[in-house]
Amino acid sequence: MSDYMHSFELFEPASIGDASKLINKFGKDGWIIAGGKDSLDWFKDRNKRPKAVINIANLKELRGIKDNKDYVSIGSVTTLTEMEDSKLLKKHFPVLIDAVSRIASPQIRNAGTLGGNVAQDTRCTYYRDGFPCYRAGGNTCYANTPTAMNREHAVFDVARCVAVTPSDTAPALVALEAEMVISSKGKTRKVMAEEFFIGPATDITRMTALKKNDILVEIRIPKKWAGAKYYFEKVADRQTWDFSLVNIAMVAKTSGGKISEVRMACGGVQCTPRRMTNVEDLLKGESAGPEMEKLAKRVAAQGAKALNYNHFKIPLMGNLAARAVRSMA
Amino acid sequence: MVEIWKDEIVEHEEFEFPPDPADDFEWAPATAEIAGNQPDLPLNTWQTTGVSRRDFLRGVVCSGVAVAAASYVMVGGIGKARAAIRGVERLVSLNINGKIRRVDVAPNETLAHTIRYRLGMTGTKIGCNRAECGACTVISDNVSIYSCSTLTHMVRGQKIRTIEGVASASGKLHPVQQAFIDELGPQCGFCTPGQVMAAVNLLEKNPKPTVDQARRAMSGNLCRCGAYDHYLKGVMRAARSV
Repeated sequence: MSDYMHSFELFEPASIGDASKLINKFGKDGWIIAGGKDSLDWFKDRNKRPKAVINIANLKELRGIKDNKDYVSIGSVTTLTEMEDSKLLKKHFPVLIDAVSRIASPQIRNAGTLGGNVAQDTRCTYYRDGFPCYRAGGNTCYANTPTAMNREHAVFDVARCVAVTPSDTAPALVALEAEMVISSKGKTRKVMAEEFFIGPATDITRMTALKKNDILVEIRIPKKWAGAKYYFEKVADRQTWDFSLVNIAMVAKTSGGKISEVRMACGGVQCTPRRMTNVEDLLKGESAGPEMEKLAKRVAAQGAKALNYNHFKIPLMGNLAARAVRSMA
Repeated sequence: MVEIWKDEIVEHEEFEFPPDPADDFEWAPATAEIAGNQPDLPLNTWQTTGVSRRDFLRGVVCSGVAVAAASYVMVGGIGKARAAIRGVERLVSLNINGKIRRVDVAPNETLAHTIRYRLGMTGTKIGCNRAECGACTVISDNVSIYSCSTLTHMVRGQKIRTIEGVASASGKLHPVQQAFIDELGPQCGFCTPGQVMAAVNLLEKNPKPTVDQARRAMSGNLCRCGAYDHYLKGVMRAARSV
């Protein structure tokens, strides 16, 4: 009987306040779980062994997609399938639907939550296998050595750690200027999606702005980009289950054949979703066409620095940017 | 010498024992008994012992439940330190295939484990145990989930359906099962229960899927024999007959 989890206490709080109290009580021995698709793997590997697991999946207040005047709010434990089936999201933010429908497999989407998808830890195999790397509190990066296999790792903003963001919804949320609502000790604060994801230079042990005691309760997407032109593409080794090698999300508004506003973000190339500001600057005020495709391709991966095995990500980024531009033509 | 070594460890408060997966799993005595009682049988007489593999598993399951409650008493010495932080098993009611089953469940127990080893319904298979293969697929409240990556306590109060509950009470196969047989879906058959559950779930939501929709819906189930096309044809055949 391998893969049997360590012993822990399981709590099912009835409200977000209770969940908050519990996580405050247990501190670093506590662990918030909702879908459990990532958490249980950590436990089975015995690389994380919290004493108390707090299940928030059954909190009704954290579930559901609601239409508000200026924004659409998605509860953090809304499952990915619920998002995929949502008419509201389909109407306003089809880019998010495209992203969600490419995540993992149907069964995982049925249980996995949006909050879990954005807050999941990196998939770096060395880190996951329990190597004492920088991210795990050690003093080496095992993925950035002459013999390391680092095909999935970062090409931008490496600071000791070369892990990348695994999330497919993250680039879409960054492109849509989403806002994360975080509850901590009874208070809530809002963080823009772009600041929610943090790189190793900010804190090498975390992927997101969530600290211990924090619970992600809601994701708000402003209606600014509702009905805009969009593009999402994920490139992975396999069509199901697999995490992105590189993915791209774009939203754009056009007026009179010219691109007036555009936001583009790319996942899988650095620790956070990468805003492709140089492509955005290039596109503003121009009309999409073969010329712009060529230019976008040229500037998309500017400044990228490949490791031993991930050179392919650089032309891949360029191609994806070009395809995004082509979708507007 | 041994005594001294034991005392040293127990006295040290901060000592954390290295994880040992075998610690959390108690082999039921029946395993040892059955194996121990038949040491001299020639290898090819496995059919004549009168204990089929399925009955053997049932025996283990039943006695497993019996010893579960006593396991805290049985572990002694070093085990006590671990038992102190061990989550407590609780009696829960699970709605499985329309029947209420009362069962002791540990907090760290997965649904697949409960179904197979506590309730003895071995139709649900555990393949990867990592939400990566789909052999453990069950339907919970009309959505298909990987039971190997779901804590049993998290699905209390939900309606669970396993492969055992797919065929009708009279024994007539579900159209999906029949179609899989007609299209020669299973080769080794290990992934089949999961494939059936995924297909049943698809056809309940979408009785007339296109081939692409069916392929997408079945994409969460691996088949190492590579009989994907057979299963896909089976789903389409079932869709015609439902």
